[in-house]
Amino acid sequence: MELSVLQQYGPMLLRGFGITVFCWLAGTVLSMALGLMIALAQRYGPRWLNWLLRAYIEVIRGTPFLVQLFVLYYGGPLVGLRLDALPAGLLGLTVYGSPYFAEIFRSGFGAVPHGQIEAARAVGIPEPSIVRRILLPLALVSALPALVNFSIILTKETVILSIITVPELMYQTQRMSTETFRYLEANFVLALFFWGLVETISRLGRRLEARVTRHIERG
Amino acid sequence: MFSIQTFLDAFVPLAWAARYTLLVSCLGIALGLVIGVVVCAMRLSGSRLARGIGALWVSFLRGVPLLVQLLLMFYLLPVIGIDVPPLVAAVVTVGICASAYISEIWRGAIGALPGGQTEAAQAIGMGPATIWRRIILPQAVVMSLPALVNELILLVKASSLVSVVGILELTRASQAQAATTFRPLEVYLAAACIYLAINLCLAALGRWLEHRMAI
Repeated sequence: MELSVLQQYGPMLLRGFGITVFCWLAGTVLSMALGLMIALAQRYGPRWLNWLLRAYIEVIRGTPFLVQLFVLYYGGPLVGLRLDALPAGLLGLTVYGSPYFAEIFRSGFGAVPHGQIEAARAVGIPEPSIVRRILLPLALVSALPALVNFSIILTKETVILSIITVPELMYQTQRMSTETFRYLEANFVLALFFWGLVETISRLGRRLEARVTRHIERG
Repeated sequence: MFSIQTFLDAFVPLAWAARYTLLVSCLGIALGLVIGVVVCAMRLSGSRLARGIGALWVSFLRGVPLLVQLLLMFYLLPVIGIDVPPLVAAVVTVGICASAYISEIWRGAIGALPGGQTEAAQAIGMGPATIWRRIILPQAVVMSLPALVNELILLVKASSLVSVVGILELTRASQAQAATTFRPLEVYLAAACIYLAINLCLAALGRWLEHRMAI
């Protein structure tokens, strides 16, 4: 690819990259937070709420992300939910990721030895403190590999946002390739870029895991 | 407001289009199973080159979004002079992508097999090919069935992306339907219901397989 092409499209691609990273980070944080709330509500909430959340998890996990985005972005205005592409994409990512994170947290809670919770109750620690100081820290350590793994999956899902015209990297790359007719090169570079991104994040994730679980290794 | 009539009317044409969703995901997983065996064998082989290529294959296909892979394939094929219908190209791409995940599933299943079995087979004089065909694969395939059903569910959802390259499957058909009826909410919700129905059936199949294996 000629240098002038990069000079011309460089800023556009850079902006796209920024939006990709923003969507990924914000989407991961928001869906993780929502997932945690769902998992906690399932554990401590009333039974009807549990069933409702179970249904939510099954529905979201059973339908493609693309269709969820279409419902939200094109169907939303019919019920008064009129969003721009970027907020719709972020909301979509949050909704899409939350059930997976909820399941990860749920299995993390399951891995916490029950005796620890009972012991905390026995010495009279109030329930909110048990959650904050005993349940969550222990669950987070055992859930970390799965959390990292799903965050990596979310980086790849961000490209689907390009279909509802969120101006992220894939969208900008497609725009560039239709204007320069360099479809193959553009997509090849995009593939290499994502490959590098995912490899980097998973390396960092593994290092984080090793750091957080080192007391277990030694123990 | 939400129109129940439009919602219900959308089901028949969409369910009919869903046969391509099933076709792409079933052929995709079939192709993925075949390539997956080869990749898995490469990753477990003694040759360092084969192991390297296998690892690169898995890492690339798991690191690149399927949408990018699809577009890459569609622009690559004409350049290298291969002229196939879009449906074939889509199935091949989905299959190649699935092969990376399936080879990892099988690597896990094979790792869980007791090592003594291979040694016993070697001791009675079986060659590597025979050991794979008669000892390792039959057990690994049975053991990995629930995970493979899970992979099929992922593929049914991933197949919605082939709508981008013009395959008239469930998602593409609902886009067309939404455009003609001007009722995107009802139509896309109907599409979501069909996807959900397919995947709930598959999930039930997976649970049944898991239950049978546990006994």
